[in-house]
Amino acid sequence: MTTSVVLAILVTSLATFSSRFIGVITSEKIKENSKIFRWFNCLAYSTLAALIARVVIFPSGVLSEVDYLVRIIVIISSIIVFYLTKKNLVYPTVFSAIILALINSY
Amino acid sequence: MISPKYFFKGLSCVKSFDSPAIALGCCMVAIGALFKNIGFNLQESVFSTFLTYALPGSLVMAETMIIGGSLLNIFFAVWLVNSRLYPMTVSLMPLMMHKSQPKWKYYLSCHFVAVSAWLIMKNNYKSIDRENRIDYWIGVGTATWSIAIIATFIGYILADYLNKDIMIGLAIVNPVYFMCMMIGSMKTFQINSSVILGAVLGPAFYLISPEWCILFGGLIAGTIAFVLGEKNDN
Repeated sequence: MTTSVVLAILVTSLATFSSRFIGVITSEKIKENSKIFRWFNCLAYSTLAALIARVVIFPSGVLSEVDYLVRIIVIISSIIVFYLTKKNLVYPTVFSAIILALINSY
Repeated sequence: MISPKYFFKGLSCVKSFDSPAIALGCCMVAIGALFKNIGFNLQESVFSTFLTYALPGSLVMAETMIIGGSLLNIFFAVWLVNSRLYPMTVSLMPLMMHKSQPKWKYYLSCHFVAVSAWLIMKNNYKSIDRENRIDYWIGVGTATWSIAIIATFIGYILADYLNKDIMIGLAIVNPVYFMCMMIGSMKTFQINSSVILGAVLGPAFYLISPEWCILFGGLIAGTIAFVLGEKNDN
């Protein structure tokens, strides 16, 4: 069991580091003001947004036990708090955990 | 070598009031607890964050192990979810390239490419001279990476005291934080459309293929946003 855990960790880190490392190799040939750089910039933001949206809408793990409607309410109200506090990052984050706990306990 | 001035400047970015340390810490505590629950020992848990340092990848590894997947299954599942790190690296490293800097710094510090450090760097790089950006980045990366490792340790130790309600609270902090941080960095038409299209197409593609949705959704959304943005600018 122990060796398989270590192997799983090594395989995971290899799968992760390869994307980062190939990224550096590719970067050596790319200029900051080129079209291809702007394309990669779009891809980075869009894949990140895709990942975050998937985590919220189709979560795996404990979040999937929270009702769909509750998740949407928490996310939308947190974004409103974010704008109300002049784009402060701490208030919406703390707010989201508290309001989720409150809704969940009722 | 690494300039201490810029290294520490990067390192201290996690001390600010709205530091990513909170969100990163919360989710890594949850990961530490999850590792304990699936039977990892303390060393393996810390070792995993040390080597991987990418939350969705660690989650996928844990899930694949729970259902008894093979090493090949794990590799493929992790690669699919973490392949987003490729465009993230390519859209960051060219901003930090400078001919006076040795290559090993870039090869090693790419390990720090993860949402938190990446967004800090993307939002702050203009305030640092190009020549010193890589040292600043190594500082940012060391700080966020250390927080992740320490939080994994804390989560493992606290696992028995974390009930389901606390775990759910910890789980929501991460997407909320990064969603707000992304909205905060939406400043050009191209970035705005990338984020909005990605957030729509990612979940939409999930209905077709849960494994490939981030890769396909992100690729198509980003390419449409790029084309729209280029047309809009001309």
